Amino acid sequence: MEYLLQMINISKTFGEVQSLRNVNFEVGYNEVVGLLGDNGAGKSTLVKIITGYHRPDPGGQIFWKGQPVDVMTVAKARELGIEVVYQERALADQQSLWRNIFMGRELCHRFGVLDVEKMRRETARLMQSHMGFTSKAITPDSTVKTMSGGERQGVAIVRALYFQAELIILDEPTMGLSLSETRKALDFVKGIKEAGKSAIFIDHNIFHVYPVADRIVVLDRGQVKGQFLKDQITLDELIAKLQHVAQTGRLE
Amino acid sequence: MNTVGEVEKRPSVLSPATVREGLARFARRYAMQIGIVAVGVFIWLLFLIGSPRTFLSFPIYAAYMSTTPFFALMALPLTLVIITGEIDLSFPSIMAFGMTVYALVLVSTGSHILAFVACLTAGLAAGLINGAIIVYIGIPSLVATIGTQFFWRGVVLVITGGNGTGLTSAIGGVLHTGLVGRVFGLIPAQMIWTIIVAVVVWFFLNRHRFGAHIYLSGDNVESARLMGVNVPRVKMLVFAIMGVAAAFAGVVVSLEVLYFWPTLGEGYLLSTLSSVFLGGTSVFGGTGTVFGTLVASFIIGAINAGIVAAGLTGFWTQLIYGLIIVMSVSLQTVLSRRLR
Repeated sequence: MEYLLQMINISKTFGEVQSLRNVNFEVGYNEVVGLLGDNGAGKSTLVKIITGYHRPDPGGQIFWKGQPVDVMTVAKARELGIEVVYQERALADQQSLWRNIFMGRELCHRFGVLDVEKMRRETARLMQSHMGFTSKAITPDSTVKTMSGGERQGVAIVRALYFQAELIILDEPTMGLSLSETRKALDFVKGIKEAGKSAIFIDHNIFHVYPVADRIVVLDRGQVKGQFLKDQITLDELIAKLQHVAQTGRLE
Repeated sequence: MNTVGEVEKRPSVLSPATVREGLARFARRYAMQIGIVAVGVFIWLLFLIGSPRTFLSFPIYAAYMSTTPFFALMALPLTLVIITGEIDLSFPSIMAFGMTVYALVLVSTGSHILAFVACLTAGLAAGLINGAIIVYIGIPSLVATIGTQFFWRGVVLVITGGNGTGLTSAIGGVLHTGLVGRVFGLIPAQMIWTIIVAVVVWFFLNRHRFGAHIYLSGDNVESARLMGVNVPRVKMLVFAIMGVAAAFAGVVVSLEVLYFWPTLGEGYLLSTLSSVFLGGTSVFGGTGTVFGTLVASFIIGAINAGIVAAGLTGFWTQLIYGLIIVMSVSLQTVLSRRLR
């Protein structure tokens, strides 16, 4: 079976600390994978290898759509269509919505002259079709700092979708959000699935991951301890297993 | 105003409510600019009441238009530097350094045009050095430009030995007429240059990718980097532009007085910086407008002459400077908080 992203036998050692040990990890086409694990489990190391920030130790292999990727770099990852949505760090607060949507990838006429009208128009369209902003109070010219946490997360996700990301990595998108804001952010994750794209959803809150993920991968102390298809496990069973892993480091 | 609200585009009947909403949105969006214009008009009215004879005649405005550009020409590009979240304190010394190179080339070639080109090149080099120290070595710009400010002033003093250079040979030449002549015998050419620079800087800041990256670099440097903005190049460029602008302003000042003093630039540091801050540019970076800086520099320029014309002694100047700057910056902050 061909995956969108397949990682085989990935290890990563920092000095004397081995933060990933022989990890096999894959993301299918149009699949939302929840990546669960405690602090220090290796979640962010794994993500940084996917996005090209870190090189894995020799011996590991990465495949994208069945083709081997020799060296994954930040530029290569972007070119392939891997986008990361970072909590809090993704947006420029004092700038308008349209400037944030097109951050670093502004639509331009010749000689770098901005096509401001087109960017405003596209932003207005995205707001209606994807972000569900119906309030007249928010326009493409509103500054981002007037928005709530869930709305901001939505802007970052919609931005990734607009630029044809194939795989969107969400790094703790619900951290620090209120209940209703969390629901909004989760709706955006569902939107990724509906748009036909794939996502890796990293969180340590099982209640946020379970409802939106197709498959859940549990990472603990640098190893994949288990994978569950959501339709094969209930939330309660999953919680029990996670507690067991946390206490013993083993699944069974 | 903008293309968004389909509601606004349905123009049939303009009900008072729609108009009020439109006005409110306009006020929110341009709060800073409205604030600074209000401050300007207020101060002008004070002067007008204080000394109607002076302020109802042309000469006082001709005087403003000849001296305000000296620092407005630098305050405009400095706005870009401050929006990126950096600062430059070395430009007064770069003015003098540029003019030192000007004087050297003038003495050896006799050509003002060549001297002018060399001067701008020297300013560019000084700006690039600032940028390199800040971006590639990683010294905070406040510290780095305090250092280069001393360094360039030192270079000027060592080369000139403290002696100035007369520039009367420039009279009647293209450069003198073009930079500091009187258009129609009335308007100082440096005023026209200031407006041209303001328009160009506005265009690049608001309608060009470079300007978009300036705002992003100053607002959230990490997200800008993650989204592929080349932050080091943006910062190098703004410091380079600042260097060229300082050298240009140095030429304008020196040609206006027809003499190059090695102390050139001293006294412009605070009026330039306060023009930028009074104009509503945030010291934390990420926001700021060219319009605000332009209006603010004329307010700063007006205070000095206005106080004397209003019959107060020159001793009052600094006190009133201080009051106006503190009060209007506070007013802007309060206004923008309320309107948002």
